[in-house]
Amino acid sequence: MSAPAEHFESAERQHQAAELGMWVFLATELMFFGPLFLGYAYGRWSFSEGFAAASRHTDVVIGTINTAVLLTSSLFVALGARAVKLDRGAAARVLLLCAAGLGAVFLVLKGLEYHDEWREHLVPWLDFRFARPHQHAAAMFYFLYFGMTGLHAVHLTIGIAVMVVFAVRLGSGPVARLENQIDMGALYWHFVDGIWVFLYPILYLVERHG
Amino acid sequence: MNALPAEQSLPGKVLHEESYLREGFTLRSWLLTRDHKRIALLYMISITGFFFLGGAAASIIRLELLTPAGDVVDAETYNKLFTAHGVIMVWFFLIPSIPATLGNFLIPLMIGAREVAFPRLNLASWYIYTLGGIFVVITLIAGGVDTGWTFYTPFSTLFSNSNVVLAVMGVFIVGFSSILTGLNFIVTVHRLRAPGMTWFRLPLFVWANYATSLILVLATPVLAMTLSLVAFERLTHIGIFDPALGGDPLLFQHLFWFYSHPAVYIMVLPAMGVASEIIPCFARKQVFGYRMMAYAILGIAIIGFLVWGHHMFVSGQSMYASIAFSLLSFLVAIPSAIKVFNWTATLYKGSISVSGPMLYALGFVGLFTIGGLTGLFLAATALDVHLTDTYFVVAHFHYIMVGGTVMAYLGGLHFWWPKIVGRLYPENLARIAAVTIFIGFNLTFFPQYLLGAWGMPRRYHEYAPQFQLLNEFSSTGAAILGIGYLLPLGYLTWAMLRGARAPSNPWGATGLEWETPSPPPKENFAVIPRVVRGPYDYHPSGASAPSGASAEPQA
Repeated sequence: MSAPAEHFESAERQHQAAELGMWVFLATELMFFGPLFLGYAYGRWSFSEGFAAASRHTDVVIGTINTAVLLTSSLFVALGARAVKLDRGAAARVLLLCAAGLGAVFLVLKGLEYHDEWREHLVPWLDFRFARPHQHAAAMFYFLYFGMTGLHAVHLTIGIAVMVVFAVRLGSGPVARLENQIDMGALYWHFVDGIWVFLYPILYLVERHG
Repeated sequence: MNALPAEQSLPGKVLHEESYLREGFTLRSWLLTRDHKRIALLYMISITGFFFLGGAAASIIRLELLTPAGDVVDAETYNKLFTAHGVIMVWFFLIPSIPATLGNFLIPLMIGAREVAFPRLNLASWYIYTLGGIFVVITLIAGGVDTGWTFYTPFSTLFSNSNVVLAVMGVFIVGFSSILTGLNFIVTVHRLRAPGMTWFRLPLFVWANYATSLILVLATPVLAMTLSLVAFERLTHIGIFDPALGGDPLLFQHLFWFYSHPAVYIMVLPAMGVASEIIPCFARKQVFGYRMMAYAILGIAIIGFLVWGHHMFVSGQSMYASIAFSLLSFLVAIPSAIKVFNWTATLYKGSISVSGPMLYALGFVGLFTIGGLTGLFLAATALDVHLTDTYFVVAHFHYIMVGGTVMAYLGGLHFWWPKIVGRLYPENLARIAAVTIFIGFNLTFFPQYLLGAWGMPRRYHEYAPQFQLLNEFSSTGAAILGIGYLLPLGYLTWAMLRGARAPSNPWGATGLEWETPSPPPKENFAVIPRVVRGPYDYHPSGASAPSGASAEPQA
């Protein structure tokens, strides 16, 4: 591990500080998503039929594939962080790039989905059309849908950039100096993944049987 | 300088180190600093600027209210003035006031650390604050915003013709500076305490800022997202607050107050921390019930998250919700009262010296008590129906935020001024200013309780003639208060440049910050101290234990 910053007595202490800092940051992030989840709970409670009708217009196939893609990416990140600990820089590099690649696949699929939704007039502020009587509830649903998945996509984009930077930096210099940072990056990645695990059922799977 | 007995008792300590103020004199050395002490000063300068900007808005408001007719400004300008006053004072002065200045400066010193955990984030937080501030200044130049600091929907999203989006962006941005400050403090307190500095040896100022930080990181992001939703809804006319779509303005109020009620504790907990440092020092006694004080701080922070609905008793929330929120609000009074009783018990049989900082701290306790007790009036559902949106509410929260927080902030500035700038302030002027502020404050805001109880609504630029006399009292008080605030601006600045050199521990106070030279060197401690006892080792005989007694250099 690299030398600690001068105000830490040891690298171990610095690692602990970084880890706690990351967890606090993730708590903040969770609260940041909070109003959207509360808004969703309000809408679903008040307009359960409208939200179910709107949810049936989401692309459950792409949504499901994307869930699998993202969960797999988290596996690669976990393996990558492990490889760093074992001082296997080349393997870590490939694993993190795979994770970033899967993240990019997710974004491309998400983009295709957005495109289809735009063509089907499901974007609330761009010529939105939805069959009566649920047009208002559906507008609210898609407002939340784009808000939540959009915010998630922004987070994922940052995650991809971070993983690519790690992969580049793993190409030169001692691997161990990055252990701390990659651990933190991995935590962040898993958090973004975890948010999606909640978004997928509440957006795609509302009363699908109907 | 620094020839103090207290320091001679510290064997092995390197004295006469270069102070943090002399570590570079260029603008660049300040703007790119990562020293928590310099960042504290950057914050102090910025928030002082915003304090007087917000104060200017308040002055025009009080001038308008001198007479019942709307003769100084028109109704729309008046709306913009009280909005500017609220937005600036809440987010650009009160929230960062004690944590970002005194907290930033003192927390590492008090726990025996060389820095905060993340110095770069600390500097980033000041830049984010500044960026948010620029947005607010642009908002004002562009013509202001008229929603009130609460940005209630649907007025803010559908009807207001002012710069809501710009203002909301400013508040959104400044929120992240709060989050970074909170994050930094939490990690610093957890991970950078000196050997022997156990949780129950932490000064209560550190406890208070720690609890504040928990609120900052958990509540602020909710406000950020809520205000984003307001801005988005205003721009696109689609959203979850719009009644036309089946959305609910009450949802906005729930989200807004989920942040903004805990925000009151963001403002007042650090003030309690300051009082808990000053009072034992000038009563020469250990703080009474130290552990209970620490638990009370945490209790206030936690229960404070569960009381937001008391702002919505007349907004149409369910009656049962109102009852629950009312009871929980009464519950907050318990730890608050514990603190007031314990400060009082600390004074009991102490050998009290009435110095400038002590006057401010005593003023804080008294005004906080009045503000807190009148809060209970407002937490009672039936009475609140009568008092909602009257001047009673205005008086109540000004007693907490201005009487409480600003008094304590000024007290803290005086108390630690010798440490911060290495020079002594003029004691008599400080006493005069403290008394002036106390009188001016009460004259301004006590009449507002009566006005509110008699039914004068807030947020109008005109009022019925029978309210004039008390409003004249209030405006006169505001003028006195304004003079009171200008005094410290003058003499503290003078002291910074021309005051007598301060010894390292002018008050004979305990606490690690007093064991560093005044002003401290860049790395705070030449040798990280090893702490062997609790924070308030005062003895009433007047013969203070040398400050060095609380710590000895690490072997």
